[in-house]
Amino acid sequence: MTAFWNAVATLFRENHDLSLTATVGGYLLALFLQKRFKSPLFNPVLVALFLTLIALWLFDIDYESYSRDAAPLTFLITPTTICLAIPLYRQFELVKRNWLAILAACSVGTFVNILLVWIVARAFQMEYVEYMTLLSKSITMAIGAGITQEYGGYVAITCAVITITGVTGNMCGTFFLRKCGIVSPIAQGLAIGVSSHAFGTARALEIGETEGAFSGLAIAITGVFTVLAAPIAAALPV
Amino acid sequence: MRYVRQFFIILLFSFVGEALNRLIPAPIPASVYGLVLFFLALETGLVKLDAVEETGRFFLVLLPLTLVPLTVGLIDALDVLQNVLVPALLLGVVGTILTALAAGFVAERAVRRRERGRK
Repeated sequence: MTAFWNAVATLFRENHDLSLTATVGGYLLALFLQKRFKSPLFNPVLVALFLTLIALWLFDIDYESYSRDAAPLTFLITPTTICLAIPLYRQFELVKRNWLAILAACSVGTFVNILLVWIVARAFQMEYVEYMTLLSKSITMAIGAGITQEYGGYVAITCAVITITGVTGNMCGTFFLRKCGIVSPIAQGLAIGVSSHAFGTARALEIGETEGAFSGLAIAITGVFTVLAAPIAAALPV
Repeated sequence: MRYVRQFFIILLFSFVGEALNRLIPAPIPASVYGLVLFFLALETGLVKLDAVEETGRFFLVLLPLTLVPLTVGLIDALDVLQNVLVPALLLGVVGTILTALAAGFVAERAVRRRERGRK
Protein backbone atom coordinates (compact mmCIF):
# COMPACT_ATOMS: atom_id res chain seq x y z
CA MET A 1 0.00 0.00 0.00
CA THR A 2 2.78 2.41 0.90
CA ALA A 3 4.64 1.54 -2.27
CA PHE A 4 1.51 2.14 -4.27
CA TRP A 5 0.92 5.47 -2.57
CA ASN A 6 4.53 6.50 -3.17
CA ALA A 7 4.15 5.69 -6.86
CA VAL A 8 0.97 7.79 -7.04
CA ALA A 9 2.59 10.62 -5.11
CA THR A 10 5.59 10.64 -7.44
CA LEU A 11 3.31 10.68 -10.44
CA PHE A 12 1.48 13.71 -9.05
CA ARG A 13 4.64 15.44 -7.88
CA GLU A 14 6.16 15.25 -11.31
CA ASN A 15 3.01 16.59 -12.90
CA HIS A 16 3.52 20.34 -13.08
CA ASP A 17 -0.17 21.01 -13.68
CA LEU A 18 -1.12 19.68 -10.26
CA SER A 19 -0.39 22.90 -8.37
CA LEU A 20 -2.39 25.15 -10.66
CA THR A 21 -5.26 22.68 -10.88
CA ALA A 22 -5.48 22.44 -7.09
CA THR A 23 -5.41 26.23 -6.72
CA VAL A 24 -7.97 27.01 -9.43
CA GLY A 25 -10.11 24.02 -8.41
CA GLY A 26 -10.12 25.14 -4.78
CA TYR A 27 -11.17 28.62 -5.86
CA LEU A 28 -13.97 27.24 -8.01
CA LEU A 29 -15.16 24.91 -5.25
CA ALA A 30 -15.34 27.85 -2.84
CA LEU A 31 -17.33 29.95 -5.32
CA PHE A 32 -19.76 27.06 -5.64
CA LEU A 33 -20.06 26.53 -1.86
CA GLN A 34 -20.44 30.26 -1.30
CA LYS A 35 -23.32 30.41 -3.76
CA ARG A 36 -24.91 27.24 -2.43
CA PHE A 37 -24.74 28.06 1.29
CA LYS A 38 -24.56 31.87 1.11
CA SER A 39 -21.90 31.81 3.80
CA PRO A 40 -18.91 34.19 3.80
CA LEU A 41 -16.97 31.38 5.50
CA PHE A 42 -16.28 29.86 2.07
CA ASN A 43 -14.00 32.69 1.05
CA PRO A 44 -12.59 31.70 -2.38
CA VAL A 45 -9.03 32.83 -1.69
CA LEU A 46 -9.03 31.17 1.72
CA VAL A 47 -10.41 27.85 0.43
CA ALA A 48 -8.03 27.86 -2.57
CA LEU A 49 -5.12 28.50 -0.18
CA PHE A 50 -6.29 25.67 2.08
CA LEU A 51 -6.73 23.10 -0.70
CA THR A 52 -3.38 24.06 -2.23
CA LEU A 53 -1.66 23.58 1.14
CA ILE A 54 -3.33 20.17 1.50
CA ALA A 55 -2.20 19.16 -2.02
CA LEU A 56 1.37 20.31 -1.31
CA TRP A 57 1.43 18.37 1.95
CA LEU A 58 -0.21 15.26 0.51
CA PHE A 59 2.21 14.98 -2.41
CA ASP A 60 5.22 16.37 -0.58
CA ILE A 61 5.82 19.35 -2.88
CA ASP A 62 7.95 22.22 -1.58
CA TYR A 63 6.98 25.85 -1.98
CA GLU A 64 9.78 26.54 -4.44
CA SER A 65 8.44 23.98 -6.95
CA TYR A 66 4.90 25.14 -6.34
CA SER A 67 5.73 28.77 -7.00
CA ARG A 68 7.53 27.74 -10.20
CA ASP A 69 4.51 25.70 -11.33
CA ALA A 70 2.10 28.52 -10.43
CA ALA A 71 4.10 31.14 -12.35
CA PRO A 72 1.47 31.47 -15.12
CA LEU A 73 -1.03 32.67 -12.52
CA THR A 74 1.45 34.95 -10.76
CA PHE A 75 2.41 36.47 -14.10
CA LEU A 76 -1.21 37.62 -14.53
CA ILE A 77 -1.16 39.82 -11.40
CA THR A 78 -0.14 43.00 -13.27
CA PRO A 79 -2.40 42.47 -16.34
CA THR A 80 -5.43 41.72 -14.12
CA THR A 81 -4.77 44.59 -11.70
CA ILE A 82 -4.60 47.20 -14.46
CA CYS A 83 -8.06 46.07 -15.64
CA LEU A 84 -9.48 47.93 -12.62
CA ALA A 85 -9.21 50.87 -15.03
CA ILE A 86 -12.38 49.59 -16.75
CA PRO A 87 -14.94 50.01 -13.91
CA LEU A 88 -13.16 53.24 -13.02
CA TYR A 89 -13.66 54.55 -16.55
CA ARG A 90 -17.29 53.45 -16.63
CA GLN A 91 -18.16 55.14 -13.34
CA PHE A 92 -16.06 58.23 -13.95
CA GLU A 93 -19.02 60.67 -13.96
CA LEU A 94 -20.11 59.52 -10.50
CA VAL A 95 -16.46 59.52 -9.44
CA LYS A 96 -15.97 63.16 -10.51
CA ARG A 97 -19.04 64.27 -8.57
CA ASN A 98 -17.78 62.52 -5.44
CA TRP A 99 -14.11 63.44 -5.59
CA LEU A 100 -14.22 64.93 -2.10
CA ALA A 101 -15.64 61.75 -0.53
CA ILE A 102 -13.06 59.66 -2.38
CA LEU A 103 -10.13 61.85 -1.39
CA ALA A 104 -11.34 62.06 2.22
CA ALA A 105 -11.95 58.32 2.59
CA CYS A 106 -8.64 57.30 0.99
CA SER A 107 -6.47 59.78 2.87
CA VAL A 108 -8.17 59.11 6.22
CA GLY A 109 -8.00 55.35 5.58
CA THR A 110 -4.32 55.46 4.63
CA PHE A 111 -3.53 57.62 7.68
CA VAL A 112 -5.50 55.48 10.17
CA ASN A 113 -3.99 52.28 8.74
CA ILE A 114 -0.40 53.50 9.10
CA LEU A 115 -1.15 54.96 12.53
CA LEU A 116 -2.56 51.63 13.76
CA VAL A 117 0.41 49.67 12.40
CA TRP A 118 2.79 52.13 14.06
CA ILE A 119 0.95 51.95 17.42
CA VAL A 120 0.91 48.14 17.35
CA ALA A 121 4.58 48.06 16.31
CA ARG A 122 5.49 50.27 19.30
CA ALA A 123 3.26 48.32 21.68
CA PHE A 124 4.80 44.98 20.69
CA GLN A 125 8.33 46.42 20.43
CA MET A 126 8.63 45.19 16.87
CA GLU A 127 11.79 45.42 14.88
CA TYR A 128 11.96 47.99 12.11
CA VAL A 129 11.82 45.34 9.35
CA GLU A 130 8.70 43.78 10.90
CA TYR A 131 7.02 47.19 11.15
CA MET A 132 7.70 47.92 7.47
CA THR A 133 6.47 44.42 6.60
CA LEU A 134 3.05 45.08 8.17
CA LEU A 135 2.69 48.61 6.79
CA SER A 136 1.07 47.58 3.49
CA LYS A 137 -1.50 45.27 5.08
CA SER A 138 -4.56 47.12 3.77
CA ILE A 139 -3.55 47.53 0.13
CA THR A 140 -3.59 45.22 -2.85
CA MET A 141 -0.85 42.57 -2.90
CA ALA A 142 0.57 43.73 -6.22
CA ILE A 143 1.42 47.07 -4.60
CA GLY A 144 1.91 45.89 -1.00
CA ALA A 145 4.46 43.24 -1.93
CA GLY A 146 6.29 45.90 -3.95
CA ILE A 147 6.52 48.31 -1.01
CA THR A 148 7.74 45.58 1.35
CA GLN A 149 10.36 44.57 -1.21
CA GLU A 150 11.57 48.17 -1.55
CA TYR A 151 12.09 48.41 2.23
CA GLY A 152 13.64 44.97 2.63
CA GLY A 153 10.72 43.42 4.55
CA TYR A 154 9.39 39.85 4.48
CA VAL A 155 7.18 39.70 1.39
CA ALA A 156 5.57 36.39 2.40
CA ILE A 157 4.43 37.86 5.74
CA THR A 158 3.06 40.97 4.03
CA CYS A 159 1.04 38.65 1.77
CA ALA A 160 -0.14 36.64 4.77
CA VAL A 161 -1.32 39.76 6.64
CA ILE A 162 -2.89 41.19 3.46
CA THR A 163 -4.80 37.88 3.20
CA ILE A 164 -6.01 38.06 6.83
CA THR A 165 -7.03 41.68 6.25
CA GLY A 166 -8.83 40.87 3.01
CA VAL A 167 -10.74 37.93 4.43
CA THR A 168 -11.83 40.04 7.42
CA GLY A 169 -13.09 42.81 5.14
CA ASN A 170 -14.76 40.31 2.84
CA MET A 171 -16.51 38.45 5.66
CA CYS A 172 -17.64 41.18 8.05
CA GLY A 173 -16.86 44.61 6.55
CA THR A 174 -20.41 45.54 5.55
CA PHE A 175 -21.86 44.26 8.84
CA PHE A 176 -19.88 46.75 10.94
CA LEU A 177 -20.38 49.57 8.44
CA ARG A 178 -24.17 49.17 8.53
CA LYS A 179 -24.16 48.94 12.34
CA CYS A 180 -22.39 52.30 12.46
CA GLY A 181 -24.79 54.06 10.10
CA ILE A 182 -22.58 54.00 7.02
CA VAL A 183 -25.21 53.13 4.45
CA SER A 184 -24.60 54.97 1.17
CA PRO A 185 -23.29 52.68 -1.59
CA ILE A 186 -20.44 55.09 -2.35
CA ALA A 187 -19.27 55.28 1.27
CA GLN A 188 -19.56 51.52 1.76
CA GLY A 189 -17.62 50.80 -1.42
CA LEU A 190 -14.89 53.26 -0.50
CA ALA A 191 -14.57 51.95 3.07
CA ILE A 192 -14.29 48.35 1.88
CA GLY A 193 -11.74 49.14 -0.85
CA VAL A 194 -9.64 51.35 1.42
CA SER A 195 -9.44 48.77 4.21
CA SER A 196 -9.50 45.41 2.46
CA HIS A 197 -8.37 45.78 -1.18
CA ALA A 198 -9.36 43.25 -3.86
CA PHE A 199 -10.76 40.60 -1.47
CA GLY A 200 -13.13 43.17 -0.01
CA THR A 201 -13.91 44.51 -3.47
CA ALA A 202 -14.99 41.04 -4.58
CA ARG A 203 -17.66 41.27 -1.86
CA ALA A 204 -18.51 44.88 -2.77
CA LEU A 205 -19.12 43.83 -6.38
CA GLU A 206 -21.66 41.30 -5.09
CA ILE A 207 -23.63 44.01 -3.27
CA GLY A 208 -23.83 46.35 -6.26
CA GLU A 209 -22.09 47.95 -9.22
CA THR A 210 -21.58 51.31 -7.50
CA GLU A 211 -20.12 49.66 -4.41
CA GLY A 212 -17.81 47.63 -6.62
CA ALA A 213 -16.63 50.54 -8.75
CA PHE A 214 -15.85 52.79 -5.77
CA SER A 215 -14.21 49.91 -3.94
CA GLY A 216 -11.99 49.22 -6.96
CA LEU A 217 -11.13 52.90 -7.25
CA ALA A 218 -10.28 53.04 -3.54
CA ILE A 219 -7.83 50.13 -3.98
CA ALA A 220 -5.84 52.06 -6.57
CA ILE A 221 -5.87 55.42 -4.75
CA THR A 222 -5.12 53.93 -1.32
CA GLY A 223 -2.33 51.90 -2.93
CA VAL A 224 -0.76 55.05 -4.41
CA PHE A 225 -1.30 57.05 -1.18
CA THR A 226 0.41 54.29 0.79
CA VAL A 227 3.32 54.27 -1.69
CA LEU A 228 3.62 58.04 -1.21
CA ALA A 229 3.28 57.82 2.58
CA ALA A 230 5.69 54.91 2.96
CA PRO A 231 8.88 57.08 3.12
CA ILE A 232 7.25 59.15 5.90
CA ALA A 233 6.14 56.02 7.77
CA ALA A 234 9.62 54.59 7.28
CA ALA A 235 11.12 57.62 9.02
CA LEU A 236 8.97 57.19 12.15
CA PRO A 237 10.83 55.85 15.17
CA VAL A 238 9.75 52.31 16.11
CA MET B 1 -8.87 38.15 -33.60
CA ARG B 2 -11.08 40.27 -31.34
CA TYR B 3 -10.01 38.52 -28.13
CA VAL B 4 -6.36 38.25 -29.13
CA ARG B 5 -6.34 42.01 -29.77
CA GLN B 6 -7.96 42.66 -26.35
CA PHE B 7 -5.38 40.42 -24.69
CA PHE B 8 -2.60 42.21 -26.56
CA ILE B 9 -3.75 45.70 -25.52
CA ILE B 10 -3.90 44.70 -21.85
CA LEU B 11 -0.48 43.04 -22.05
CA LEU B 12 0.91 46.15 -23.75
CA PHE B 13 -0.13 48.39 -20.82
CA SER B 14 1.31 45.83 -18.38
CA PHE B 15 4.54 45.86 -20.34
CA VAL B 16 4.77 49.66 -20.34
CA GLY B 17 4.00 49.60 -16.59
CA GLU B 18 6.82 47.10 -15.97
CA ALA B 19 9.18 49.17 -18.12
CA LEU B 20 8.38 52.40 -16.22
CA ASN B 21 8.80 50.55 -12.92
CA ARG B 22 12.33 49.64 -13.99
CA LEU B 23 13.19 53.07 -15.44
CA ILE B 24 11.85 55.28 -12.64
CA PRO B 25 13.68 54.88 -9.32
CA ALA B 26 10.55 55.16 -7.12
CA PRO B 27 8.84 52.43 -5.07
CA ILE B 28 5.77 52.50 -7.33
CA PRO B 29 4.75 49.08 -8.68
CA ALA B 30 4.23 48.35 -12.36
CA SER B 31 0.49 47.82 -11.82
CA VAL B 32 -0.03 51.42 -10.69
CA TYR B 33 1.69 52.88 -13.77
CA GLY B 34 -0.23 50.45 -15.97
CA LEU B 35 -3.57 51.21 -14.28
CA VAL B 36 -3.16 54.99 -14.60
CA LEU B 37 -2.02 54.82 -18.25
CA PHE B 38 -4.77 52.34 -19.13
CA PHE B 39 -7.38 54.61 -17.55
CA LEU B 40 -6.00 57.69 -19.37
CA ALA B 41 -6.05 55.80 -22.66
CA LEU B 42 -9.74 54.91 -22.11
CA GLU B 43 -10.65 58.43 -20.97
CA THR B 44 -8.95 60.13 -23.94
CA GLY B 45 -10.48 57.64 -26.36
CA LEU B 46 -7.08 56.33 -27.47
CA VAL B 47 -8.39 52.87 -26.54
CA LYS B 48 -12.11 52.24 -26.94
CA LEU B 49 -13.84 50.34 -24.13
CA ASP B 50 -15.14 47.98 -26.79
CA ALA B 51 -11.56 47.04 -27.68
CA VAL B 52 -10.79 45.63 -24.19
CA GLU B 53 -14.09 44.97 -22.43
CA GLU B 54 -14.65 41.18 -22.51
CA THR B 55 -11.07 40.20 -21.76
CA GLY B 56 -10.88 42.99 -19.19
CA ARG B 57 -13.95 41.71 -17.35
CA PHE B 58 -12.61 38.17 -17.45
CA PHE B 59 -9.31 39.42 -16.00
CA LEU B 60 -11.14 41.25 -13.20
CA VAL B 61 -12.78 37.96 -12.25
CA LEU B 62 -9.34 36.32 -12.23
CA LEU B 63 -7.76 39.08 -10.14
CA PRO B 64 -8.22 37.56 -6.65
CA LEU B 65 -7.24 34.14 -8.04
CA THR B 66 -3.87 35.38 -9.31
CA LEU B 67 -3.00 36.36 -5.75
CA VAL B 68 -3.45 32.88 -4.28
CA PRO B 69 0.10 31.60 -5.08
CA LEU B 70 1.51 34.58 -3.15
CA THR B 71 -0.57 33.65 -0.09
CA VAL B 72 0.75 30.08 -0.29
CA GLY B 73 4.17 31.66 0.27
CA LEU B 74 3.27 32.02 3.92
CA ILE B 75 4.21 28.36 4.53
CA ASP B 76 7.80 29.35 3.73
CA ALA B 77 7.59 32.22 6.20
CA LEU B 78 5.99 30.45 9.18
CA ASP B 79 9.14 30.84 11.33
CA VAL B 80 9.20 34.58 10.83
CA LEU B 81 5.42 34.89 11.05
CA GLN B 82 5.46 33.30 14.52
CA ASN B 83 7.36 36.32 15.85
CA VAL B 84 4.62 38.70 14.79
CA LEU B 85 1.58 36.42 14.89
CA VAL B 86 -0.38 38.24 17.62
CA PRO B 87 0.16 41.79 16.28
CA ALA B 88 -0.44 40.55 12.73
CA LEU B 89 -3.79 39.02 13.68
CA LEU B 90 -4.70 42.08 15.76
CA LEU B 91 -3.98 44.42 12.84
CA GLY B 92 -5.54 42.10 10.27
CA VAL B 93 -8.86 41.74 12.08
CA VAL B 94 -9.42 44.68 14.47
CA GLY B 95 -7.26 47.14 12.52
CA THR B 96 -9.12 46.41 9.30
CA ILE B 97 -12.53 47.04 10.83
CA LEU B 98 -11.33 50.29 12.44
CA THR B 99 -9.81 51.50 9.15
CA ALA B 100 -13.03 50.68 7.27
CA LEU B 101 -15.14 52.55 9.85
CA ALA B 102 -12.89 55.63 9.79
CA ALA B 103 -12.86 55.81 5.98
CA GLY B 104 -16.58 55.01 5.74
CA PHE B 105 -17.46 57.66 8.32
CA VAL B 106 -15.79 60.55 6.45
CA ALA B 107 -17.06 59.26 3.08
CA GLU B 108 -20.64 59.05 4.38
CA ARG B 109 -20.43 62.63 5.67
CA ALA B 110 -18.98 63.90 2.39
CA VAL B 111 -21.65 62.13 0.33
CA ARG B 112 -24.46 63.49 2.50
CA ARG B 113 -23.06 67.02 2.33
CA ARG B 114 -22.92 66.87 -1.45
CA GLU B 115 -26.49 65.57 -1.62
CA ARG B 116 -27.72 68.37 0.64
CA GLY B 117 -25.89 70.94 -1.48
CA ARG B 118 -27.70 69.81 -4.63
CA LYS B 119 -31.20 70.04 -3.17
